[in-house]
Amino acid sequence: MAGMLYSLVALGFVLIYKASGVFNFAQGAMVLFAALTMARFAEWIPRWTGVTNPIAANAAAFIVAAAMMFVVAWIIERLVLRHLVNQEGTTLLMATLGISYFLDGMGQTIFGSDIYKIDIGMPKEPIMAFENLFQGGILINKEDLYAALIAAVLVAALSLFFQKTATGRALRAVADDHQAAQSIGIPLNRIWVIVWCVAGVVALVAGMIWGSKLGVQFSLTTVALRALPVVILGGLTSVPGAIIGGLIIGVGEKLSEVFLGPYVGGGIEIWFAYVLALVFLLFRPQGLFGEKIIDRV
Amino acid sequence: MFYRENGQFKTSYRADQQIFPIAQDRWAVLLIIAAAFFVVPLLGSDYMFRAIFIPFLIMALAALGVNILVGYCGQISLGSGAFMAVGAYAAFNFFVRVPGMPLLLALILGGLCSSAFGIVFGLPSLRVKGLYLAVATLAAQFFSDWMFLRIKWFTNDSPSGSVSVSGLQVLGFEIESPTSKYILCLSILVVLALMAKNLVRSAIGREWMAIRDMDVAAAVIGIRPMYAKLSAFAVSSFIVGVAGALWGFVYLGAWEPAAFSVDLSFKLLFMVIIGGMGSIMGSFFGAAFIVILPIALNQFLPVLGGLFGVVISTSGISHAELIIFGALIVWFLIVEPHGLARLWSLSKQKLRLWPFPH
Repeated sequence: MAGMLYSLVALGFVLIYKASGVFNFAQGAMVLFAALTMARFAEWIPRWTGVTNPIAANAAAFIVAAAMMFVVAWIIERLVLRHLVNQEGTTLLMATLGISYFLDGMGQTIFGSDIYKIDIGMPKEPIMAFENLFQGGILINKEDLYAALIAAVLVAALSLFFQKTATGRALRAVADDHQAAQSIGIPLNRIWVIVWCVAGVVALVAGMIWGSKLGVQFSLTTVALRALPVVILGGLTSVPGAIIGGLIIGVGEKLSEVFLGPYVGGGIEIWFAYVLALVFLLFRPQGLFGEKIIDRV
Repeated sequence: MFYRENGQFKTSYRADQQIFPIAQDRWAVLLIIAAAFFVVPLLGSDYMFRAIFIPFLIMALAALGVNILVGYCGQISLGSGAFMAVGAYAAFNFFVRVPGMPLLLALILGGLCSSAFGIVFGLPSLRVKGLYLAVATLAAQFFSDWMFLRIKWFTNDSPSGSVSVSGLQVLGFEIESPTSKYILCLSILVVLALMAKNLVRSAIGREWMAIRDMDVAAAVIGIRPMYAKLSAFAVSSFIVGVAGALWGFVYLGAWEPAAFSVDLSFKLLFMVIIGGMGSIMGSFFGAAFIVILPIALNQFLPVLGGLFGVVISTSGISHAELIIFGALIVWFLIVEPHGLARLWSLSKQKLRLWPFPH
């Protein structure tokens, strides 16, 4: 089920890459930042307002965190992206690395650097599935099931948004060709703000689920590094690719750990995904669902 | 007024092709090197050597290596930390396992191992480039993190992968005092920097730059992409590997795999960006900047906080460091994408005309 969560983080990468051609290294930092905001406000809001209903407090915290991500997206567009239009991909990549450092530091300065927990009331007890199919069945964590459900809803909502709304069409136009989109009157800057907002919300959801599983702490940023091979495997420009890549990596990691791990000393989860993606790259450089890369002189 | 090439006539190709065509440049560089060898050891304190000079020299060497790959050949790499780790651990193994192994030879062998490692992980560069390659090189990083933690043979069977070296000597000189360590690093840096400078202005350096500027076009005019890219990986990871071995042997003394984490890779990349991509001089600027910035912030922030009556905790400082670091990188990319080296060459241009405006 970790695969589903990788997909969520990978989705953030894909969204931004599709719309602005920026490989957003700060996605991990955004996940941390969003989760920190959410965790802290879920703690603070009941204290300030006296609301004791945990659902209301969580919902309010979610909204505050989403608003926070909007602000972050707007600031990033204003201060960084606007000045780096038409720069090379690598320059933008480095800029997002800078942003990620900044967000890491900022989040921990504002919200503190201890381990916080997000409790959104996801049931934790495991259930047995397929017991009638074969003996023993499969042990499934209910929490994971909910996480998968949330991810699925999110993906469905996003694809609706991309396919059916005017903004979604504009986003896809920008993704295809910046200049052409601009020349037919699509405001590039606003589109970027929107796309970073959407990525921020995706980061928030990912942060919320990871946070309720593992607790909100600095190590959340490494989740983004774990999700990179997912994007490579699925293709940088494909939303379904992110989902399927996430599942492949999630399952592959665990299987490799169980079946290969004992022979080489264990702990191979960390690099197995990368090597998988690397081998994959050698045969299909654009990833599973990516657009064909065409070189022109 | 003083800095211009008027009257310096070149009468041979050799004279025209030298590294510093302007006599003032030549003298300035020679003076700086001489000062670094003879004056700094007299003036510097032990703390200065340990905290600033030695890390600066080693990081400059590593940044130089990364710059060859990223700045000259355009192959973006996030695995430099892994190349450093391979250099350090390989040198360690040669040093410990082979009796009577001289330190310099161990360093060079470490660099060669790192070179081989670099070539293997450079193979994807033949198929992919840009962002995909960045991720592919991250694979090297995570693989080496794991390798030195889990495979006991590499770390001489130490449980946590931490190793240490002692009794370093070069040609009969003990490398114990900070000054001797400094001189060792400086000598290696000078030799390798000269080598790198000569490489990038030779045929192979021009091939790298052609690949960087447009690889398809370069292939069309008869440059072998495989040879050019892999040679860049080999040379770059050799230098980075030697730097890694020095980092372990001379600076840390005892180290574990975490010393060469992905953070180090990012830092090296930042040095190259801030210093200036595709510039040997830039590597030095970038390394100086990144080594000195945290120290300066550590000293400066509590004072600044004190002015406003705010007590900044240690964790606060480390967070502020992250913030300032990130902001500076973005700022540099926006204001001067070509880095400090570009500012340097601009100021030299200005200096040539000074005191006249044109």
